[in-house]
Amino acid sequence: MRRVLLACGFALFAMPLSAAERVLSVGGAVTEIIYALDAQEKLVARDTTSTYPAKAKELPDVGYMRALSPEGVLSVAPDLILAVEGAGPPETLAVLQEADIALISVPEGYDGAAIAKKITLIGAALGREAEAETLARQVQNDLDHAAEQAQTRAGAAPKKVMFVLSTQGGRIMAAGQNTGADAIISLAGGVNAITGVQGYRPLSDEAILAAAPDVILMMDRQGDHAQGDGDLLAMPAIAATPAGQSGAILRMGGLYLLGFGPRTAVAVADLSAALYGR
Amino acid sequence: MARQPQAAITDRLQRARQLHLGLWLLLGCAALLSLSSGASAVSIDTIFAALSGQALSPMEEVVLYSIRLPRLVLGILVGAALAVSGAVMQGLFRNPLADPGLVGVSAGAGLGAVAAIVLGGSVAWLGFAGIYLVPLAAFFGGWGSTMLLYQVATWHGRTSVATMLLAGIALGALAGAASGILVYMADDAQLRDLTFWGLGSLAGATWAKIAAAGPIIVIALLATPFLARGLNGLALGEAAAHHMGIPVQRVKSAAILSVAAATGAAVAVSGGIGFVGIVVPHLLRLATGPDHRMLLPNAAVLGAALLVLADLISRVVIAPAELPIGIVTAILGAPVFLWILLRRRGGMGL
Repeated sequence: MRRVLLACGFALFAMPLSAAERVLSVGGAVTEIIYALDAQEKLVARDTTSTYPAKAKELPDVGYMRALSPEGVLSVAPDLILAVEGAGPPETLAVLQEADIALISVPEGYDGAAIAKKITLIGAALGREAEAETLARQVQNDLDHAAEQAQTRAGAAPKKVMFVLSTQGGRIMAAGQNTGADAIISLAGGVNAITGVQGYRPLSDEAILAAAPDVILMMDRQGDHAQGDGDLLAMPAIAATPAGQSGAILRMGGLYLLGFGPRTAVAVADLSAALYGR
Repeated sequence: MARQPQAAITDRLQRARQLHLGLWLLLGCAALLSLSSGASAVSIDTIFAALSGQALSPMEEVVLYSIRLPRLVLGILVGAALAVSGAVMQGLFRNPLADPGLVGVSAGAGLGAVAAIVLGGSVAWLGFAGIYLVPLAAFFGGWGSTMLLYQVATWHGRTSVATMLLAGIALGALAGAASGILVYMADDAQLRDLTFWGLGSLAGATWAKIAAAGPIIVIALLATPFLARGLNGLALGEAAAHHMGIPVQRVKSAAILSVAAATGAAVAVSGGIGFVGIVVPHLLRLATGPDHRMLLPNAAVLGAALLVLADLISRVVIAPAELPIGIVTAILGAPVFLWILLRRRGGMGL
């Protein structure tokens, strides 16, 4: 079956209609999906946020997705740019349009349907429709399954989870509603401890005490995210919370946790297992 | 005895004029280098081909005419505006560390830009301004705060430079607080945009921006040579300048207006680019003395050349990605600035 699909893919690929031969991928999840669709041989470059799979890091980096430079993009001579929603700046996009380079904007979203949509869109752009359909269905099924299992694990006592984006200068920046972190926490059978706040916001120590998270979730990245657990637990706001008392700090890869790409179902299962035990 | 200093001054002016020619040469080389290098393969040969009338490929045309040329022109305009504004401010405040920030331009422009980035998306009727919303807001923010400060410092037709300095600190704190509220409201993506705006970049150079900011900068810069004699007089103190027959008040208001216009327009199109306004005038004073008659034109050309070179570095050093130009000017400018401070430590009582 897979071979037939691959053959179909190659047939499409060989047709003059699917012209995209040199693709620039902007956005971590977009790059992951391109690899998952086995279309990476078309990739000529990536942006700074595209760090998975490790192979992707060998591609030239055209800069941060919101601060792309027009000449940098042109220098890798793409004939198609697949960019996550929010890529820019608009001035650069205007120049690229002038240079007649096709740009497909991939909408962001925080559920299974949104991931499936990303996959279908990218598959269609790369002439990998069949694989994309299979992958989209599989990802959506896996995610549904993982979420269902997570709800069962959580049962009647879901844990309150606070996602901490950064702790720069002792100020804790946490995830409120309408964020990827909020979505992944509820998919994994948890409850976002921070309510009534939109987006990522710096919170006062008292607000964190009042939120009383059972678990603190962070990204394991370099920079100020890489603060040691000891330092974090020593912060007065954290120390007095249930999470602080029990030392419950979870760390997961940023793109893995918040990318909403092909690995999200596994990330949900991982997070739920870390929250409630297998 | 009286002749010797006179001869020395003429000699310095002579040297400054020779330097002026040299600086134009430097700017020419910088411009050619900037046009012929970058992430893509368009090189010096392509430029000569274009000059000799050969047809270019569509890609080469976009790189040359829509990316590198507008960047070069904008770099020249912004560099000249920042350097001349710095020189004028240092003359006006009789302080070697003065920069356009002292008249509230930077704080106001920063507030305007932050407001546009954070609130721009949620105010529907602002949508017409599109990608020019941030530059427009920055320009009017900078211009507005300078005018406010000027009003505060002017009493009975006299502008007190000292009041302006102190009120500028208060206004700067206020603008900073207002920016702080907006930063608090900003989401993750807007915070990223704010950071990049603050670091400055010429990457967003378009002909439309040049058409909007260019005339303002050029007119403001053309006005400054007429200030040179007045600024030279002010160096001796306001009373002395007045006795020399210099229209002190007119010089002051013209200097403040031209700095606000030039810096406001420059910051609006390029974000926060530091150190050009301090380092360039100082280098020139060290080389050819403080006479504003040659200092101002020399600052314009050297500022333009240095910013074009800094932009070149920002484009090629991590190609195909790009470093914000404010980082480059700070890395190059901060050590020079420290060196100036250390050299003058005794003289300024620091």
